[in-house]
Amino acid sequence: MGMTMTQKILAKHAGLPEVHAGQLIQAQLDLVLGNDITSPVAINEFEAAGFSSIFDKRKVVLVMDHFVPNKDIKSATQCKQCRMFAKKFGIEHYYDVGTMGIEHALLPEQGLVAPGEAVIGADSHTCTYGALGAFSTGVGSTDMGAAMSAGYTWFKVPAAIRVNVTGKKRPYVSGKDVILTLIGKIGVDGALYKSLEFSGDGLSQLSMADRLTISNMAIEAGGKNGIFPVDDITRDFLKGRVSREWTAYSPDPDAEYENVIELNLDDIDCTVAYPHLPENAHPAREGHDIKIDQIVIGSCTNGKIEDMKAAAEILKNHHLADGVRGIVIPATMKIYRECMKLGYTDIFLDAGCIISTPTCGPCLGGYMGILAEGERCVSTTNRNFVGRMGHVKSEVYLASPAVAAASGITGHISHPEEVM
Amino acid sequence: MSTAHKYGDHVDTDVIIPARYLASQDEKELASHCMEDIDSGFHSKVRNGDIIVAGLNFGCGSSREHAPVAIKASGISCVIAKSFARIFYRNAINIGLAILECPEAAEDISDGDKVSVNFDTGLITNETKGKTYQSEPFPEFIKNMIADGGLMASLKKKKNEKK
Repeated sequence: MGMTMTQKILAKHAGLPEVHAGQLIQAQLDLVLGNDITSPVAINEFEAAGFSSIFDKRKVVLVMDHFVPNKDIKSATQCKQCRMFAKKFGIEHYYDVGTMGIEHALLPEQGLVAPGEAVIGADSHTCTYGALGAFSTGVGSTDMGAAMSAGYTWFKVPAAIRVNVTGKKRPYVSGKDVILTLIGKIGVDGALYKSLEFSGDGLSQLSMADRLTISNMAIEAGGKNGIFPVDDITRDFLKGRVSREWTAYSPDPDAEYENVIELNLDDIDCTVAYPHLPENAHPAREGHDIKIDQIVIGSCTNGKIEDMKAAAEILKNHHLADGVRGIVIPATMKIYRECMKLGYTDIFLDAGCIISTPTCGPCLGGYMGILAEGERCVSTTNRNFVGRMGHVKSEVYLASPAVAAASGITGHISHPEEVM
Repeated sequence: MSTAHKYGDHVDTDVIIPARYLASQDEKELASHCMEDIDSGFHSKVRNGDIIVAGLNFGCGSSREHAPVAIKASGISCVIAKSFARIFYRNAINIGLAILECPEAAEDISDGDKVSVNFDTGLITNETKGKTYQSEPFPEFIKNMIADGGLMASLKKKKNEKK
């Protein structure tokens, strides 16, 4: 039986000619990632185990992104612990205030992940890099602590679901609408323990920004990873970012997929996931009765320059509705600067939004946009669980940057066509 | 014998331990907020050795290890669910929190039932209802890891044994 893309990458990193679903393997890692929330726990474990070295100082990445610039003394202490650890072991890719970005936007931007590589990160959205044709998945802090020392970890080889993408993207539809539609179809455990492998002639319609958003939310369907084949769009993105050699893996013609899901882009319109699960997908056009208090445009899911552009195009010559607060967070310092150069920051400010330096803050209810009891937010983030962005009785509606921007203008959930 | 505390499907890590407490790594502090967003009485009612019983996809969402840590530090000795989210599953084993996948038990056990679990055989006994359920026991190396207190404790023990 042939192998899937994921299985081929895992076999290569395990030094095996082939692997099959369910097999337990030990695989070498090309990158081990952590942030300011998960790394301190990993460092404690690392130190408690008595480890005295890291496997490769170029292959451990620490990004201070969740609670920075530090929101309180405790978060400052956590960053300090990471900073000292990075210094002690000469970790080359340590990103702090001034150079940092939201990790899953920063790593692809900086060329730290290439096709065919195997990456683990102590953050559930590490699955983002599947967009580049890499195997990447989220783990916990103990796994990260062990892998920083060992350079390998154990995996159960996942079975896979193939998502066959066809058709043509409609106006204002983006990767976010595609992934919310998919999760709506298969549910938040529809891909539990499995790979989502994307294929089909519709992929030419999906930009790298779309793909990064789609892979990012594979975890929201329970997936171990979500991976795209390498094509011209991938190669264009890698130009000028990645100079080392990399390998593109395609699935074998007889690769085993547990099932195939057909996704026709012609049928996908702007989509919103209602509280309190990402699978509660509804058409944006039907949300006019849902009044909102806040919009958040940013996060590892939708903080890229393409996302800023999509929001700016809607917000241009418009203003937020009375009583709506707008929070825009470019995901990296590079994107932040580009927003200034391209005039997006002026558009956001003119519309009545504020612009924050990169942070995960509001997405997980940390800071920078916490909701009070009964408040509603249309957010381009990835989770809408109970209490995710603040009060237990607040509500998060997940959407694309274009829908969030349009909703901010009208004060209720809106399709971009309503304001354009 | 342990008391079962029952929950539904898709109990996510944001309700197990809300992110507003993630600036702390203190187990007791994390435990004091465990499950509070869906069950504000959890911390005060759980007795040492009690178990959680839940539906599908328990522990979905974030990779925060603080979630199984908070559950374990609350005194919970085992989580029985219809299925677990994969990162939570891995984290629970790594930090030494026993978990069992058993759809039949997860369906049948009611809140407040008295339950005992045999980790060697995977047999779950519901003393209240007088029923038993068979779950797949863990392989030896996972059992040892949980008994040793998790992945790191187990690695350390192996290292010391070599000396």
